[in-house]
Amino acid sequence: MSATTPIPEADGIAACPVSLELNGQRRHLDIEPWTTLLDLLRDRLAMTGTKKGCDHGQCGACTVLVDGKRVNACLTLAVMCDGKQVTTIEGLARGDELHPIQQAFIDHDAFQCGYCTPGQICSAVGMVNEGRARSRDDIREQMSGNICRCGAYPHILEAIEDALPAARAWAGEGER
Amino acid sequence: MNSTSPIGQPLPRVDGRLKVTGQAKYAAEFEIPGLLHGSVVNSTIARGRVRRIDTTAAEAVAGVVLVLTHENRPPVASYDEPYQDDDAADGSPFRPLYNDRVLYSGQPLALVVAESLELARYAGSLVRIEYDVEPHQTDLAAVREQAHPAPEEVPSRGDFEAAYRGAPLQIDHEYGTPIEHHNPMEPHASTVHYQPGDELIIHDKTQGVQNCMRYVEGVFGLEGKVQVHSPFVGGAFGSGLRPQYQLPLAVMAALKLKRSVRVVLKRQQMFTFGYRPRTLQRLAIGFSPNGRLEALHHGSLGQTSRFEDFTEHEVEWSGALYACDNVQLEYRLGSLDVYTPIDMRAPGAAIGVYALEAAMDEVAYAAAIDPLQLRLRNYTEINGNQGKPYSSKELCACYEQGAERFGWSRRPLEARSMRDGHELIGWGMATGVWEAMQMPASAKACLAADGRLIVSSATADIGTGTYTVMTQIAASALGLPMDRVEFRLGDSRFAQAPLEGGSATVSSVGSAVHQACVGLREKILDAAQQSPASPFTGASLDDVAFEDGELVLKREPARRVPLTQLIQTSGTLEAEASVKPGDEREKYATGTHSAIFVEVRVDEALGTVRVTRVVSAVAAGKVINPKTAASQILGGVVWGIGMALHEETWTDHRLGRYMNHNLAEYHVPVNADIHDIDVFFVEEQDSVVNDLGSKGVGEIGIVGVAAAVANAIYHATGKRVRDLPITPDKLL
Repeated sequence: MSATTPIPEADGIAACPVSLELNGQRRHLDIEPWTTLLDLLRDRLAMTGTKKGCDHGQCGACTVLVDGKRVNACLTLAVMCDGKQVTTIEGLARGDELHPIQQAFIDHDAFQCGYCTPGQICSAVGMVNEGRARSRDDIREQMSGNICRCGAYPHILEAIEDALPAARAWAGEGER
Repeated sequence: MNSTSPIGQPLPRVDGRLKVTGQAKYAAEFEIPGLLHGSVVNSTIARGRVRRIDTTAAEAVAGVVLVLTHENRPPVASYDEPYQDDDAADGSPFRPLYNDRVLYSGQPLALVVAESLELARYAGSLVRIEYDVEPHQTDLAAVREQAHPAPEEVPSRGDFEAAYRGAPLQIDHEYGTPIEHHNPMEPHASTVHYQPGDELIIHDKTQGVQNCMRYVEGVFGLEGKVQVHSPFVGGAFGSGLRPQYQLPLAVMAALKLKRSVRVVLKRQQMFTFGYRPRTLQRLAIGFSPNGRLEALHHGSLGQTSRFEDFTEHEVEWSGALYACDNVQLEYRLGSLDVYTPIDMRAPGAAIGVYALEAAMDEVAYAAAIDPLQLRLRNYTEINGNQGKPYSSKELCACYEQGAERFGWSRRPLEARSMRDGHELIGWGMATGVWEAMQMPASAKACLAADGRLIVSSATADIGTGTYTVMTQIAASALGLPMDRVEFRLGDSRFAQAPLEGGSATVSSVGSAVHQACVGLREKILDAAQQSPASPFTGASLDDVAFEDGELVLKREPARRVPLTQLIQTSGTLEAEASVKPGDEREKYATGTHSAIFVEVRVDEALGTVRVTRVVSAVAAGKVINPKTAASQILGGVVWGIGMALHEETWTDHRLGRYMNHNLAEYHVPVNADIHDIDVFFVEEQDSVVNDLGSKGVGEIGIVGVAAAVANAIYHATGKRVRDLPITPDKLL
């Protein structure tokens, strides 16, 4: 998990040293400037919980949190994350205790194939941080950057709505 | 099954925790030391020959280890049979990198293999291909006259022509459905782990690990050397029923380099293989003033490739769903310079029943009858195509309970009669139908030394809930708590299983799992009778029960022994079962049915449509897990809404090429498009379909939904749009 896979040096372009905090762990990495955060996570660090669905910022499967805000990892160059905190689906639970939104997704059957799920959950956590989820329509609208081809949308809505208070409390505890 | 049986319980998915923590591993996510990455280069013309492929620039990139083309690929089978997988259409299957022929736009012509994904992708852009271009045809409407009968017999009965001419009322309309692409969220991917001696362990995105294993073994002459694994599949909806081209390409590279290789398709490349075919359908119905059907013609023209004749059941539903003595069905295919279509969620029914149920709405208006009343007036419990009664058909309960929950009785008959400000409101309904199939399947059950029950079969879970429902069936059969049972799937070495498709997995594999566990009960009882002082001496299976992890003597329930204790003396116990459809099924037609009620709101000025309410009432026999089953139906309804309003792959016929091959321009519903969807199952007993009495729910959820939406739009606006999808431009 820790070692980066060396790749041949392209002519004249050196890998850049990048230091970031990934799921609470400080990581020092040498990263080619063209490597996206998504490819860094999946191919170099074998953290495959973050999914590649389109690689064009159109599906949301690769949503992660950078400094608490949701971003499409496929549209983010890894070098842009120097000095930042990156949280992926692997970093949401506290030990064995799932994040309230993770637990609510299980309880409400808010997924089927599971491929969009990490992105949906990270997006929901980001939305909670944004403090803009005030109604069901808000949630629907603000979760519309995450496509679920299995069509679990009504259950995703229920799960998020149900977990909102606990998720807010969870975020508060994290800050203390 | 005792009172604490998990069957019928809305239990959460057993693989849920893996999926919400990112630990579930999909085909492209298995780590192998020294893995190489492949990137596919596709054709830009629809028909012709490759004159020359210049790979020099690509090969000059440091880190590129191979550019594979038809000129340097390893040997492959040169006859059709090995390529004909379990879901192959009639004809001669496409063979990737076989020769210089270009058969469709997007055809894979080269695979660039490099040390990293970025290098492979970049080097792919440097491959130069020169073509001898030939004229192409990709427009179904242009080959109407040259179409040929589909290689499938469609039943007809009575004398349609005479009955239609003699009927007091008639309608005759054409309905169109577009090309649609499955677009599962996980792109198709294969990771080939190369072992010395050309042995391959392959992680593939598939709905049939054994199908892919046989394909690779046959095409590459690797009998006995291939394993295919697919523990998690990020959606498929039919796209994984046939081996897709990334699989043979990854295998070719692995064999040529004797190294492990991964090939993942880009989203754009998810539009370069199978899809739901475009169809042009005609419905001509003659009927009496009271709405009784007297004559019905349903003809469909579907598109296919020039190398295979893809067929599905598009028109048969019109001969089965309603009572009518004079039915004429017709099914033709137009061959085009395109790839062969592939089954897509409720193949045939999704589009055929759309046309039928939209036409039934037109009949209702022509006869001035409530659309639900019209269906009831033509109700039948006989499948007219087969002349057989249904083993069970609780469709009337679906109509009645669905209408009640929706409030259908308050619906005014006239179109354009409900409005809320700038929005026109409409209510529509339709019927859904799908088959209740069963295929031969096997499963193995093993009571391990630690008292855990391990059950396995080479089936798949594409999000359908297979892991969970099979665990429920096994736990129920042996009276074990869910957490002491593990179901394993997605490994070609496991007991034989059919493709995971057609809503047949619970019926087929579930029956095998049940039987394997029944076989294991005998072994357990045998083991319990081994000691001379056994309280079970002389007892038969009927005399004992399996409850709470214990074997219990029914007449003296105090006499019981934990299975964990038994297994200490007996050692591991195993049983395998193979189950085929029962003979009793021959006497009956079998199917699942549904009634869908839909409310739409149409913005009069903008033509935008919102589906604000859906009630879907489903009759599918015994539901093993109401939670996962409801999710299946819900997903189907969302697909139906997408089919009605959003989904369409556009072709630029001048180029013979798709124009919107990405998720920004190929629209699928997003969260904000979906509102209230009420799914429920009506009671339905069926002792014929299989021992479980369960019919499967993967397809029925979508069938009829697009028609119900289209019918609701007519009710709202008075506009009849017969070409899907119903986009705002068609309503203005």
